[in-house]
Amino acid sequence: MNLTKTRIPLYELAHARTGDKGNRSNISVIAYRPEDFAILLREVTAEKVREHFSFRKPTAVQRYELPNLCALNFVMDDVLEGGVNLSLNLDTHGKSLSYWLLAMEIDPS
Amino acid sequence: MSTLYRVGCAAGFSGDRLGVARPIVDEFLRLGEPACLIFESLAERTLALAQLDRRQNPALGFEPLLAEMLEPILADCLLNNIPIVGNFGAANPEGAASLIAKLAKAQGFPSIKIAIVRGDEISASVFMACLDQQSQDALSNSSLVSANVYLGAREIADALNDGAQIVVTGRVADPALTVGPLMAHFKKSWSDWNFLAQATMAGHLLECGAQVTGGYFADPGVKDVPDLASVGFPIIEFDEFGNCCVTKAPNTGGVVSLMTVTEQLLYEVHDPARYLTPDVIADISQAQLELTGENKVLLNKVLGHEKPATLKANICIDGGWLAEAEISYAGHHAYERAQLAAQIIRERLSDVLDLRIDYIGSASVFPSEDGSGPSFRAQGGFEDIRLRVAAAHMNKVIANQLCRELTALYTCGPAGGGGVRTSLRPRLNTLVAYVPRDLVKSSYEFFAGEQ
Repeated sequence: MNLTKTRIPLYELAHARTGDKGNRSNISVIAYRPEDFAILLREVTAEKVREHFSFRKPTAVQRYELPNLCALNFVMDDVLEGGVNLSLNLDTHGKSLSYWLLAMEIDPS
Repeated sequence: MSTLYRVGCAAGFSGDRLGVARPIVDEFLRLGEPACLIFESLAERTLALAQLDRRQNPALGFEPLLAEMLEPILADCLLNNIPIVGNFGAANPEGAASLIAKLAKAQGFPSIKIAIVRGDEISASVFMACLDQQSQDALSNSSLVSANVYLGAREIADALNDGAQIVVTGRVADPALTVGPLMAHFKKSWSDWNFLAQATMAGHLLECGAQVTGGYFADPGVKDVPDLASVGFPIIEFDEFGNCCVTKAPNTGGVVSLMTVTEQLLYEVHDPARYLTPDVIADISQAQLELTGENKVLLNKVLGHEKPATLKANICIDGGWLAEAEISYAGHHAYERAQLAAQIIRERLSDVLDLRIDYIGSASVFPSEDGSGPSFRAQGGFEDIRLRVAAAHMNKVIANQLCRELTALYTCGPAGGGGVRTSLRPRLNTLVAYVPRDLVKSSYEFFAGEQ
């Protein structure tokens, strides 16, 4: 049995946008179809997101649920290398990070 | 039948597209109903940069493109009672007001009422006790550039009710640019938390301009946006019950959909039940969106809670110098040649500078400062890699060594390197403090002309 074959990138079920305040990043994850929101709730946990971003060394990852909007909001502390003023990253705001979250593999079944 | 009040937003940051106010004002003129035009042009670091400009030249320090923003629509707004509210005053609201007075005079309006909101600049004696130890240490090792508290909407609303045609602010909370006109028009109580929260989220949806009308959204074939090159900037329609509909001017590009509005509703939000602003704590945890027509989305079920006891302040300090330098390697073994170039820079500089190394085309924006994180390689060892090295230092000469060493790769580095670009810029650091309200004295006054 090939378990990996059933996994898909989050990108196929959701869209996302990143915002930043200081050294804190928030990424919204929004289901394209309301019926997929349950999959997001189950698969895209704060723990998994923290693991997915481990190379950015988050000190905390909080997930907020907005069922009316079929959306999740992830708030990750200290992942922006100091934030817009201090980071040496080309993308000092971390705006591109939404597309890294959407690259996370999930089980859609 | 409740009358509508409209607010259009014609800038979402300093440097946003010019000329976008015209379709909004044309729509206001066509409708002939009460409306206001706002410009948001003051991101976290913009004000500190403006303060640096003002130090160089006391006549500067406000939005550098202010004339270009206002000139095309100023006369129509003045003639049709469409107030203009903007935080384009930045570090020098008087300078902005003076320029606007000149623009108006040149267009045949010699005496217009321009209000200036004051009180956002705070002194060290106000904020020092509100800084944590780490921030106090950072400040004592640097020099202060600017310290500004985020003011609320009260002064904007009062100025408009006092007849202001233009309101110039420095630092105010971005949604205050919208809450002010809505409170002035509907004359609600400043403790009507639900109304304030609804107005605040209307302002939140407007404050990044086209980010709610299809800008910053498109992904070809997946999330398509019609005529993005002519994206229309947003207009909200608001009634006395706090119903808020997001739309845009007709005959503009872009799209207002449930998807674009949801993305922007959560933009820069942390706890959706507690969106802190100077005027109210807004709660969108139960918010609902409904598509009510073409490019029309209604926002519902926003709740409000009593405003916070403190105001947020940004304290900007000197952060030294940021050096960035790049060189390209393309073709066979490009990545290996870029790696060798990076190794040379490391050997020559890592004892004086902490270097960040990126291989643009393989791994650049995702990885951490230490280089860990995802990377991607083209097949077959044939690539197009741009090596980027960045470093910061308080000493300009030391920071500049990075630019010099990377430039030297032309003759001293691996084969085939080209396209060196370097930049050396002053850097700012921002500290955050939460200041008790009674320490902040905010007010407005009308611009009295050149003193």
